Amino acid sequence: MTFELLLFYLFSAILLGGALAMISVRNPVHAALFLVLCFIAAAALWILAEAEFLGLLLVVVYVGAVMVLFLFVVMMLDINLAKLREGFTEYLPVGIVVALAMATVLVLVITRYITMEAPERAGPEYSNTEALGAILYTEYVYPFEIAAVILLVAIIAAISLTMRKRPDNKSIDPGKQMAVSREGRVRMVPMASEKKKAPRRGGQGPASTTDGNDDSNK
Amino acid sequence: MITLEHYLVLAALLFSISVAGIFLNRKNVIVLLMCIELMMLSVNINFIAFSFFLQDLAGQVFVFFILTVAAAEAAIGLAILVLLFRNRGTINVQDMDAMKG
Repeated sequence: MTFELLLFYLFSAILLGGALAMISVRNPVHAALFLVLCFIAAAALWILAEAEFLGLLLVVVYVGAVMVLFLFVVMMLDINLAKLREGFTEYLPVGIVVALAMATVLVLVITRYITMEAPERAGPEYSNTEALGAILYTEYVYPFEIAAVILLVAIIAAISLTMRKRPDNKSIDPGKQMAVSREGRVRMVPMASEKKKAPRRGGQGPASTTDGNDDSNK
Repeated sequence: MITLEHYLVLAALLFSISVAGIFLNRKNVIVLLMCIELMMLSVNINFIAFSFFLQDLAGQVFVFFILTVAAAEAAIGLAILVLLFRNRGTINVQDMDAMKG
């Protein structure tokens, strides 16, 4: 029992320390890495609260996908860090006062009015993933499908927002290439037939009449 | 023995820290987005704690949906950020005054 509490305090300390470091470091890359640390500590806490599936999902989805996306964007942009840090010390007192006031009120309310002992730990045969799947695909199947559509919308929105037509790109639209017909390209020019001249340019007589002219003056 | 208060106090402290982060990093949109992620994490900790202490799996299902929506929000937010940087050359919140708000 005390070992559980020890683990809880350990991961809580990591989580809060990581959060404090995240909001105060200079470099956004370091902030993103501290946020990864926060997510991992939170995943450990969730596993401690018997939410094993969601704890692992947090590591896979957040640390593996969302934070990597953050890091990509942070490293892709060329940011002037000094300009973005302006006003940090100026707003430090306000931020601390607001955070302390909020934390005090919340903690007072929680410690005064809410008391609940932990229930019995589930046995080794209990599977959190199985139980979650059993209600996710029956009771919550409609919200589950809506969540899938939300992800689809996010994919389309992100791609269509960042895709652009580069002006220096010389690639050709394949649809236009396929739609080309002979009528759109070849123009028949009516022309009176000419008399055959004496071959002055020696030897080039038949070769100088190009193949395009052959059927145009029939 | 871990009680419900432990989890709730932890989530409250995390939420307060992320509010302070929004105050401190008012100019950097990337860190603002990260602070919002941290806020959602603290709310999710509350959901998980209540789900465990009330022995009700609905809380975990809600965390699942919140994670989905948060991932979508992060993807679209970062896409808008890239677009903003491409068009304006800055991600300073102070420079986003095109609508004279």
